[in-house]
Amino acid sequence: MKYKAKIIVRLKEGLNDPEGRVIGKALKNLGYKIADLKVPKYFEVVFESENPEKDVEEMCRRLLANPVIHTYEYSIENLGE
Amino acid sequence: MPKFAVIVFPGTNCDFETVEAIKKAGGKAERVWYKESLKDFDGIVLPGGFSYADYLRAGAISARAEIMEEVKELAKDGKPVLGICNGFQILTEAKLLPGALRPNKIPRFLCKWVYLRVADTETAFTGFYKEGEVIRMPIAHAEGNYYANDLSKVRITFQYSDENGNINEESNPNGSILNIAGISNENGNVLGMMPHPERASDRWLGSEDGLKVFKSMVEYAKR
Repeated sequence: MKYKAKIIVRLKEGLNDPEGRVIGKALKNLGYKIADLKVPKYFEVVFESENPEKDVEEMCRRLLANPVIHTYEYSIENLGE
Repeated sequence: MPKFAVIVFPGTNCDFETVEAIKKAGGKAERVWYKESLKDFDGIVLPGGFSYADYLRAGAISARAEIMEEVKELAKDGKPVLGICNGFQILTEAKLLPGALRPNKIPRFLCKWVYLRVADTETAFTGFYKEGEVIRMPIAHAEGNYYANDLSKVRITFQYSDENGNINEESNPNGSILNIAGISNENGNVLGMMPHPERASDRWLGSEDGLKVFKSMVEYAKR
């Protein structure tokens, strides 16, 4: 079966996000009342698998996220044969 | 004479200087492409640079290369493994060292000279230093902000300080917790550091304070 996973990797709560801070400041300069801005990473992965949940979980743990500083979430869509 | 492999990934750029520094310290050194084998080496150095263009996270892709399995074996056998700058990032990503290197607190590339206080002289790379010695070498990185969940597992080797060895906010260039510039594993045979000892390995470079990292490593490998 072919699947498409949409994966979001976020910095853990409390860790500062320098890129987000700078982008937030730029939005403030444009006149918006920004309280907080974070820059998560978003991945779209098309893959074949017998066990998509297990594979995506592993992809996140082994490479896409660094468990020391990240949390992750994902959804998986079945693309059929 | 101990022989060291200086591993070269696509995007590594401090390999030649590192080889020269090891030679000056009395060891043999060879550049080794990451697809080659690490047989017959007494120690490993992962030099600085921007392997895989820092894609995903600095060091993340290199850390999953096959050659790193060999590095892990050698580390387990007690051989010295040194990661400088991008090499340090690779070692944390490969989980040979605890913690992670995050983007600098002020998000810009830092290229400047810093002072370091030697916190641990019992590692394979610091035997020639005195405890509390203040040394000077350059940093050049965008992701050197050290972070760890559990500091009790971190063996601190070098800390950013002022020229008198005071460890404070002002002498912390990148936001690292406890001004950490370098750490080792529990056994002291794997060390990662953000500053570049090879760029401070000769008087005409502005400092030779970094040479002792390589001298200590060569001496350790002779044992």
